Amino acid sequence: MCLSIPSKVIQIDAANIATVDTMGVQRQVSLDLMPDPVVIGDYVLIHVGFAMNKIDQEDALESLKLYQQIHDSLEAEEG
Amino acid sequence: MSTLQLQDLYQGFREPKTIQALAQKIHQAAHALNSPLRIMEVCGGHTHTIMKYGLNQLLPEKIDFIHGPGCPVCIMPKERIDHAIALAQMPNTILLTLGDMIRVPGSKTSLAKQRALGSDIRALYSPLDALKIAQENPDKQVIFFAIGFETTTPMTAAVIQQALALKLSNLFFHINHVLVPPAVEAILSDSACQVNALIGPSHVSVISGAQIYQSLAVRYQMPIVVSGFEPVDVMQSILMIVEQALQERHEVEIQYSRAVTEQGNQKAQEMIDAYLEPRSHFRWRGLGDIPLSALQLKDAYKSLNAESVFKAFLSDEPIDDHKLCICGDILKGVAKPQDCKVFGRGCDPSRPLGSCMVSSEGACNAYYRYAEVALRSVKPIEKKRATA
Amino acid sequence: MKVIELSQGGGGAESQQLVQQLFYRYFKNDILLKSEDAAVLSLQGQSAFTTDSYTVSPLCFQGGNIGNLAVAGTLNDLAMMGAAPLYLSCAFMIEEGLPFETLKKVVKSMAEELQKTNAKIVCGDTKVVPQGAVDKLFINTSGIGHIKSASESVPSAHRLQKGDAILVSGDIGRHGAVVMSARENMNLQSDLKSDCEVVWPVVETLINKGLSIHALRDATRGGLAAVLNEWAQTSQVCIEVEEDKIPISDPVQGLCELLGFEAYDFANEGTFVMSLPCSQVEAALAVFQQFEFTQQAAMIGKVTEFQPGLVVLQTPWGSQRVLELPKGELLPRIC
Repeated sequence: MCLSIPSKVIQIDAANIATVDTMGVQRQVSLDLMPDPVVIGDYVLIHVGFAMNKIDQEDALESLKLYQQIHDSLEAEEG
Repeated sequence: MSTLQLQDLYQGFREPKTIQALAQKIHQAAHALNSPLRIMEVCGGHTHTIMKYGLNQLLPEKIDFIHGPGCPVCIMPKERIDHAIALAQMPNTILLTLGDMIRVPGSKTSLAKQRALGSDIRALYSPLDALKIAQENPDKQVIFFAIGFETTTPMTAAVIQQALALKLSNLFFHINHVLVPPAVEAILSDSACQVNALIGPSHVSVISGAQIYQSLAVRYQMPIVVSGFEPVDVMQSILMIVEQALQERHEVEIQYSRAVTEQGNQKAQEMIDAYLEPRSHFRWRGLGDIPLSALQLKDAYKSLNAESVFKAFLSDEPIDDHKLCICGDILKGVAKPQDCKVFGRGCDPSRPLGSCMVSSEGACNAYYRYAEVALRSVKPIEKKRATA
Repeated sequence: MKVIELSQGGGGAESQQLVQQLFYRYFKNDILLKSEDAAVLSLQGQSAFTTDSYTVSPLCFQGGNIGNLAVAGTLNDLAMMGAAPLYLSCAFMIEEGLPFETLKKVVKSMAEELQKTNAKIVCGDTKVVPQGAVDKLFINTSGIGHIKSASESVPSAHRLQKGDAILVSGDIGRHGAVVMSARENMNLQSDLKSDCEVVWPVVETLINKGLSIHALRDATRGGLAAVLNEWAQTSQVCIEVEEDKIPISDPVQGLCELLGFEAYDFANEGTFVMSLPCSQVEAALAVFQQFEFTQQAAMIGKVTEFQPGLVVLQTPWGSQRVLELPKGELLPRIC
């Protein structure tokens, strides 16, 4: 699985290095492995100093909505 | 909820109510299971999530975990760890590696102990640092001992690319990158293996794509769910596995859809293919030799290959674990840590005899540390449903 | 650039000059300036005596440097015994070539930190060693404090009891996180600041309120995990902690996510842990609210008989695990 965590892109420089922020801690990561262009505001997964993927924000939001529905419906059943 | 905040990507997937709700749904669904589910979570990161968040305590008895090969450090056979130490002992050498490799003992000593004796051994956060260190130390030979599953391999490849572009003549690579599907195949193919479902690794899958598990699902007729690494992800994946089992499906599903696709990161895959190729054999600690399960530098890059350049210092004599070590059986779910004669009697986290004890993600290591806590009854999820 | 030279540790003219210009200038008090071989002190009743050596690297970090760390650390060890800090000694081991300005900055910070209490540095020593013999600068401080309370009321790791509440005085892990992130090879930027602080004013107020403090400890190396484990072992009790009650700041959490650490393994230098009867928790929290640096103070758990000798973490969804003593070096996880 390998430890890789979501971070927000806050800056990109000419050498294809992005500055990412993880809850107030920032680091420079290489974008050399990113298949698609990255823009400021994207959420990326970073692993040992590289960004390796973008998080699909819509998908994440849908998952969170689904979870909300799951516990809402269970609360309703017990209610 | 219209825009995603970074916090959501953490807290949203650790939400207690969601975890409890999913646990309840799993209990409800598992009632109808005819036979137990023995789920292997392949990667150490998932073992870590299960242990840290106590997810195994929330599941019905019909669902059991068999902890997988753990991590790239756990599976490193002793003779390869000895390679790292031998390289570090060479004069004028700086040996670089990632994290836990520093601590793991080989047949006689560890990199940490060797460092205390004066060798220049450094733990890097990123392999990119190897480039800087090589440039800053032109009079030294700098060797990067590369470890990792598919997640970490493209990063090594990217660094190799930069090393070539910078024409660095003093940076060498000792490649120990391994592949997950052949190892899983080796475990599942043993007829005694008890595993009947898989939680697929999160980030290996980001790189390689979920496609790599397809043949396993078909050949072994088992549900495989590629899961994120947060507790909600794992719980949802278990629910998906239960549902597959109930419907007698044997498919590869992606729970971690916010990050994993069928095809994976093609650019990263191409980066790997440019410099690395499969190695015909590689020994995995606890599992033995598995063909085509690891990578090596292509011949064209022999001049960077520490295994070629420093061949004279390196022995390939296999060094087996203690004969009483039953890690292989534990990995296949045929035995539990407590069944091992040396578990806690000669083998413990500070003196690991086998791969399952080596790092905090190994089954024996986790059992050793958590078994002392007699489990109190958790919030009675089952009881609630019965009285509804 | 003026640097410290070997001769300045030799005891001769150059040594005298360094001591006068720097140490006496900033630490000055009657006892120190007597310049004898030893300081003569009058102590009454029970005294607490402690020593600590400081070797932090880098020397300067966000929120402090080795100097104020060395002072706060020893003052805090005294405070953890309920002792009002009185007298400190201070020994410097300086690697030749250390810039004078760095040493001056360190010494000035020490003087400023001392002013938060009535304590004085009354004796000291200076050594200058060849390059490589120490890593830039090491400092040892020893301290004496006056214990006001009766001996059976002195806080102790032996005194935890079933029914006690466990409180932390602030959010955890900041010092360790800062030092980790300041390591060269990490290349991290953040607003993280060490929590390095003198805690005696808070402890004094807690004592004056008449609270029955059973145990007090600053969560330095090994962090919260080390303190709780030592207490559980020493008093042979179980400490049950509610994981979501442990205050952790965002940047510390971010660093932990990034590198695979736990905040409770990181050192603190101005944050302490306290065990006292449950009935006194509200009164204790009210004291913490009076001070700027203890606004995040919280009750995080209880002392029970569940599993004596162990620290057990409870998750909000009802599962639990053992909170272990950290082992070995803290190395970033890759997996």
